Amino acid sequence: MENKELICVNCPMGCRITVTLDEGRVIDIKGYTCEKGKNYAAQETVRPMRVLTSTVRINGALARVLPVITSQEIPLDMMEEAMEAVRMLTVDAPVRVNQVLIPHFLGTDADLVASRSMKKI
Amino acid sequence: MYDVVIIGAGITGTMLARDLSRYKLKVALIDKENDIADGATMANSAIVHTGYDPEDGTLKALLNPEGARIYDTLLDDLGCRYRTAGAYIAACGPEEEAHLDVLADRADRRGIPYEWLTGDEARRNEPNLNDQVTKVLNFYTTKIIYPWEVAIACAEVAVGNGVELYLNSPCTGIDKTESGYTVHTPEHDFETKLIVNAAGVCADQINAMVGKPRFEMRPKKGEYFVIDNNVHYVDHIIFPVPSAKGKGVLAVPTVYGNTLIGPNSDYIASTTDTGSSFQGLDYVRTNIVRIMKNAPLNRSIRNFAGLRPSSSVSDFIIEEAADAPGFVNAASIESPGLASAPAVSKYIIENILRDKLEWTENPDAVMTRERPVVMAELSEEERAEMIRKNPLYGRIICRCEQISEGEIVDCIRRPCGAHTVKGVKKRVRPGMGRCQGGFCEPRVLAILARELNISPLDVVLDSKASRILCQENR
Amino acid sequence: MRNYQAVIIGGGSAGLAAAVTLKQKGIEDILVLEKDGEAGGILNQCIHNGFGLQTFKEQLSGPAYAERFEDQAEQLNVEIKLNTMVTGLNAQRQITYVNPDEGYVTISADAVILAVGCYERSRGAVEIPGERPSGIYTAGQAQRYLNIDGYLVGKKVFILGSGDIGLIMARRMTLEGAKVYGVAELMPYSNGLPRNMKQCLEDFGIPLYLSHTVTKIYGHDRLEGIDIAKVGPDRKPVPGSEIHFDVDTLLLSVGLIPENHLGDEAGIEMDPRTRGPVVDESYMTGIRGIFACGNGLHVHDLVDFVSLQAARAAEGAARYIREGEPEGRTVNTAAGENVLYVVPGKIHTDNVPGHTEFFFRVRKPMDDAVLTVRAGSKVIRTVRKKKLIPSEMERLLLTQKQLTGLEGDLVIEVREN
Repeated sequence: MENKELICVNCPMGCRITVTLDEGRVIDIKGYTCEKGKNYAAQETVRPMRVLTSTVRINGALARVLPVITSQEIPLDMMEEAMEAVRMLTVDAPVRVNQVLIPHFLGTDADLVASRSMKKI
Repeated sequence: MYDVVIIGAGITGTMLARDLSRYKLKVALIDKENDIADGATMANSAIVHTGYDPEDGTLKALLNPEGARIYDTLLDDLGCRYRTAGAYIAACGPEEEAHLDVLADRADRRGIPYEWLTGDEARRNEPNLNDQVTKVLNFYTTKIIYPWEVAIACAEVAVGNGVELYLNSPCTGIDKTESGYTVHTPEHDFETKLIVNAAGVCADQINAMVGKPRFEMRPKKGEYFVIDNNVHYVDHIIFPVPSAKGKGVLAVPTVYGNTLIGPNSDYIASTTDTGSSFQGLDYVRTNIVRIMKNAPLNRSIRNFAGLRPSSSVSDFIIEEAADAPGFVNAASIESPGLASAPAVSKYIIENILRDKLEWTENPDAVMTRERPVVMAELSEEERAEMIRKNPLYGRIICRCEQISEGEIVDCIRRPCGAHTVKGVKKRVRPGMGRCQGGFCEPRVLAILARELNISPLDVVLDSKASRILCQENR
Repeated sequence: MRNYQAVIIGGGSAGLAAAVTLKQKGIEDILVLEKDGEAGGILNQCIHNGFGLQTFKEQLSGPAYAERFEDQAEQLNVEIKLNTMVTGLNAQRQITYVNPDEGYVTISADAVILAVGCYERSRGAVEIPGERPSGIYTAGQAQRYLNIDGYLVGKKVFILGSGDIGLIMARRMTLEGAKVYGVAELMPYSNGLPRNMKQCLEDFGIPLYLSHTVTKIYGHDRLEGIDIAKVGPDRKPVPGSEIHFDVDTLLLSVGLIPENHLGDEAGIEMDPRTRGPVVDESYMTGIRGIFACGNGLHVHDLVDFVSLQAARAAEGAARYIREGEPEGRTVNTAAGENVLYVVPGKIHTDNVPGHTEFFFRVRKPMDDAVLTVRAGSKVIRTVRKKKLIPSEMERLLLTQKQLTGLEGDLVIEVREN
């Protein structure tokens, strides 16, 4: 059994939440004031998840780079691997916002998508 | 074989280069930096003093009033911006008032106009003048200028008339030859009859390459605040009564509506230490209150430090070195060096170089420069016409100072044109405003890369090694 | 001279939201003037997520958030002039703009909405002494180079100021292979949102030095290093506490200032605390028919509130265009104890249109505080707050009834329990 303390970042309240783990399994959560905070704390102590935003090279647009985003959170521990994949990717204009560039990004449930539209020139 | 190699492209060197370019002479102007006017000319109070301050019998007393008189027509000839702002010397109490009498006496003998104001009269014109000020001497013909603009204009004229400009050319050694000297720089050697040493804070080092200098440079650092041009603080230049330490902490309006507050002066630095310091800025902060109130230092958009090329000799040193014939020092050109520069140049030609060269006027020489297009200075009709001819004049790059892409492109393409971000800033002023380039610098960088046909990675801020971007990302 | 019903200066998040709302309110003859080559403003370079939680209940990137509004504006046929810089504004609501196609043009408008955004405090404004090499950027400048132009500014980075853009850039540059050595914050608390502290610094083990500042810059050409030092309660460096970092890059994230030179030119009264115009509950400035919103009014931490306020400014402008100025007495609002500023700065107390929302920031972090709104000695509302921090803008709603017939300044103050 171990206790992990964290401060919730979902809203300005900044609740101090204590998560009790037993061999990596969450068995108790204390100190949260909303469901969102509870879920956050559970996930954060087991495997933190983050949205990744970056840019990829784009050909045929006014700009050299296109901003991209994961359609949902991916594990924080996969960021390095994720950046490798982002660096390798080149796309061609035109691109629509939310257009999927890499489906099931690194085998997760998230897609890597364009986070804006870019016209072809 | 060159007739003259001028070492140092500051206000002294460029002014001389321009004057020499009137004649059929082979002249090289060399500088160690990546642009003209990167030393003391870039960082000073930007005032054309009228010449009341120097002690009698000095070169300063001879050349300052004459230099100021030459500027009366020179600034228009060179298409440079200036304003005759007038300088208030503000005395607090009888002791300082007595010193004003000394200045007025000198001014009388040197033919410099002035007027007396009571403290209250002065405060009516300058409400931020401190209540302790009892009497003011107004040297109303004192001008403010953009010093580097004048140096750049002189260099443009000189280069237009055939003077060769070599930047990034530090003088690494000088050899005596039969007919003169060889000046070594990393990329070129210059065989020359004569050398003029206008190397600012490095003048003693250059002199030491040919002989034993009779002076030692002791650069004095001056630190300033620059106040946002939406704060209207002073109309006139406002000085305390000068003391042994120098002209004191001043409030100076600039030609584009900012205010300089500074400098400190009691600090002696190395020739490369142009950094500002907490102590220096604190000195300015605590001493401006001697003559001023409501100093808007919280509206500072920038602080900077400059090195005054002062030396162990209290006067200008303008002479042929005793142990090196044909090597001419124009050294220790500290304040009022900017105001004196046109007369310094004339003095060098008339009194030192006159007998050493053949002086044939070049009939094709053009001694004037047309002012570059400044959209903000044009009438509505003129602006419309400019944009019709070139739409880039309608694309504003610097939002603080409202400078168009057309003006930026012009300053890159001109002779002695800008090839650095700071070079563009010096010539047409994007980045001089309250955002200090936060908004426009990436745009200026892109324009430089395009116009110079180089990678954005190779665009520099100022010196050759001052890259702005580190690598392509993707 | 061409007259529009409304002209909006700025096509960023505030300007687009104002334009959309004006059209929705039936004000058809409007024009947006945008200095850049595309609409969206600073959002275009804010490629990180976290935008739109309030407005769209989604976590969008900055460009995606802007695109939602651009699409709406397009559907509503909002006319946007791009590459168009406004160079003049006067109290008669005459606007001079310039662009490459038309040159300088002067137009007028029944209502003008200032949505001009803000600029970053520069090195000069925070007084960092030392040399002036390359390698020193505002965080937003580095962000633009990276996210729009596609260039990394440096590899060994230190950040002064814990503002959100600096924190976001710490993460972004780390992910791009730069080493971020730390963030120094002059104040004893962070100026960024807690979420950014966690996800941009802690996630990557980047140290935060509270009560520290940069005291020295090294390097004549490109930045070679910096010293930071601890500051005392007077915020002056403590000698001997210096720590040196060999870095080639220093980012400044030391605050944003509303861009108000047009407002100054028109003679609009400014609030010295926000450094933006003083506005009433309809977001009208002291000059009839000129409204202000967005970061040009006061600096926001969430774009959602920018859009919200801009929509209210547009509602105010629409009402003004139809009905003229609100009449009756006004009272000023004031930032009381522990409050940095309050927007709006004045309100009408006779004909209050519905609820009025007040936006304010506290001066220091506070736990378990009581917020009091009073007019003179009369307490109008008290609210208990579990946690207040300067980096998060607070909102407070007062009803028509609470505001009607008030006497004396309306003061918002906060005390710790």
